[in-house]
Amino acid sequence: MLVSRAALLAQIRHFFAERTVLEVDPPLLATTSVTDINIDSIVATVEGDSHYLQTSPEFFMKRMLAVGSGDIYYLGRAFRDAEQGSRHNPEFTLLEWYRGGWDEFQLMTEVEDLVSALFHSQHQAELPVSRLSYADCFAAVFDLDPHSCELSQLQKLAAENGSQSWRNESRANCLDLLFSTRVEPQLPEGLVFVYHYPACQAALAQIESCAEGYPVSRRFEVFLQGMELANGYLELTDADQQRQRFEADNAVRAAAQRAAMPIDKNLDLAMRAGLPPCAGVALGVDRLLMQLQGATSIDRVLPFAWQRC
Amino acid sequence: MATYATNEFRSGLKVMLDGDPCSILENEFVKPGKGQAFNRVKLRNLKSGRVLEKTFKSGETIEAADVMDMDMQYLYEDGDFWYFMEPNTFEQHQATETAVGEARQWLKEQDTCVVTLYNGSPLSVTPPNHVELEIVETDPGLRGDTAQGGSKPAKLSTGATVKVPLFLDQGDVVRVDTRTGEYQGRVKD
Repeated sequence: MLVSRAALLAQIRHFFAERTVLEVDPPLLATTSVTDINIDSIVATVEGDSHYLQTSPEFFMKRMLAVGSGDIYYLGRAFRDAEQGSRHNPEFTLLEWYRGGWDEFQLMTEVEDLVSALFHSQHQAELPVSRLSYADCFAAVFDLDPHSCELSQLQKLAAENGSQSWRNESRANCLDLLFSTRVEPQLPEGLVFVYHYPACQAALAQIESCAEGYPVSRRFEVFLQGMELANGYLELTDADQQRQRFEADNAVRAAAQRAAMPIDKNLDLAMRAGLPPCAGVALGVDRLLMQLQGATSIDRVLPFAWQRC
Repeated sequence: MATYATNEFRSGLKVMLDGDPCSILENEFVKPGKGQAFNRVKLRNLKSGRVLEKTFKSGETIEAADVMDMDMQYLYEDGDFWYFMEPNTFEQHQATETAVGEARQWLKEQDTCVVTLYNGSPLSVTPPNHVELEIVETDPGLRGDTAQGGSKPAKLSTGATVKVPLFLDQGDVVRVDTRTGEYQGRVKD
C-alpha cells in the first residue's frame, strides 16, 4: 500500500509538471478558516492563540492567484473535524488546483485526463465517462426539478427517505439527503461529472441563470464508481458577493447556536485587489486510491488508520 | 429519558423508533463534501422482527429503548404463558406466545436463555445456541448403518423435528444447533 500511495503521488506530480502547473505548499495552520456550515475546522492552540488546521488550501491559493501566481496545484494534507467513517478520515490527502481563464467544463476535461491516466496505468478495462446536469440526475429518480420545486415537496420526500425529523430541514440539506441516498446509487458506472449544482449549494462558485430561467451554480462534483471524488467551481471573483456568502454562513451558524468563524481579511483584500477569472477543483486522493485498489474502507489506503494514530 | 446521539450509534444499541423498540444492526457515516453529514442506519424492529433503514442528521438524538438482554432459566409453560426466572433474584417473568415465537420448539426446562425485556416484560426469547434433547419419535434405528450419510426425521421432546442419522433411535439424546436447526451429534450418557 505504501508503494501504491507513493506511485500515485509521483504520477500526479508528473501529470502537472508536464502541463507546467506549479506546485505550491501553503500553510496548514492559520488564524482563519472556512465559514462553511457543514465543515468544521480543527482548532490548534499556538502560544495561547487559536489557530485552525486548514480544511483545504483554497484561501491561501486564491491569495497566490491574486498576486499573479498563474496555474497552481497543492498536493498534501487537509483536516476536517467530525468526519470519520469508511470514506472519511479527519486527516486526509487533498489535491487541489486552479486554472486561470478556464471555465468549469474545461477543468472537467482535465480531471478526466488525470483520472483516466491514473486508472489506465493500473487497469486494462475501459473507464466510461459521462457528464450530466444535477437537474437531469435528480429528475431521473424523483420526477421533480430540484431548482424550481417547492421546499415542502423536498421536505416530504426527505422525510419519506430519511426520518420524520427532515420535515423542517433546509432546501440544501433535503437535497443532500435525497441526492446521496437515492440519486448517487443510480449514477452511471465509471467516471461521472455532475454539473450545475443548485444555487443554494453554490459554496464559492459563480451563480448564473439556466435556460429555464432559474439560478444554478457553476459548481460540479465528480463521482468515480459511485463515490464522491472531487468538487469544482468556476470561482466566484466578486469580493462583495463572497463576503455576503461568508456572512450568510455565519448567520446560519448563529441560528444553530454554533460559533461564528472569523472572516479571512487577507482573502478579502486579495479578492478586492482582484482574483483573476479561474476554475478550481479539489480531489480526495485517498478515495482515488481506494477506487484504484478496490479498497472498501479508507483505512486500507492510509499509512496508519485513525484508530492507530 | 435517556437518548443517544448519532455518534454513539453502534450495532446492538436499542432505540425507540416510531413507538417501537429497535436494535441497530449497521450504522454508516455519510457526508457529501460540502453538505450535511448524516448516518444511514439499519435497524431491526424488535416487536415485528422487520429490518428497516433510516437516515438521521448527524448530531440528532433518538430516545433509548428500555430494553435489556438478560440470562434467565426457563421454568415451564402453562398453555398460555412461558415462565422464566432470573437466576440471582429468583424473580419470575411470564412471556407470551408472540414473545417466545420460534424459540418455543427448543425450550427445555432449566436451560438458560437470553430474554429481552422491554419496559420490564419479555419481548423476545433467544434459546441457547446448542441444546441437548431426547428423541421421542422416529423410525427404528438401522444398526450397522453408521457410515452412510442417510438421514431421517426425528421428533424431539420439545416438539421440534430435526434430521438425524439413520442409526439413532427413540430415547437417544442429540445435540442441535438452534440457529440452523441442524443435528450436531449424539450425546452419550
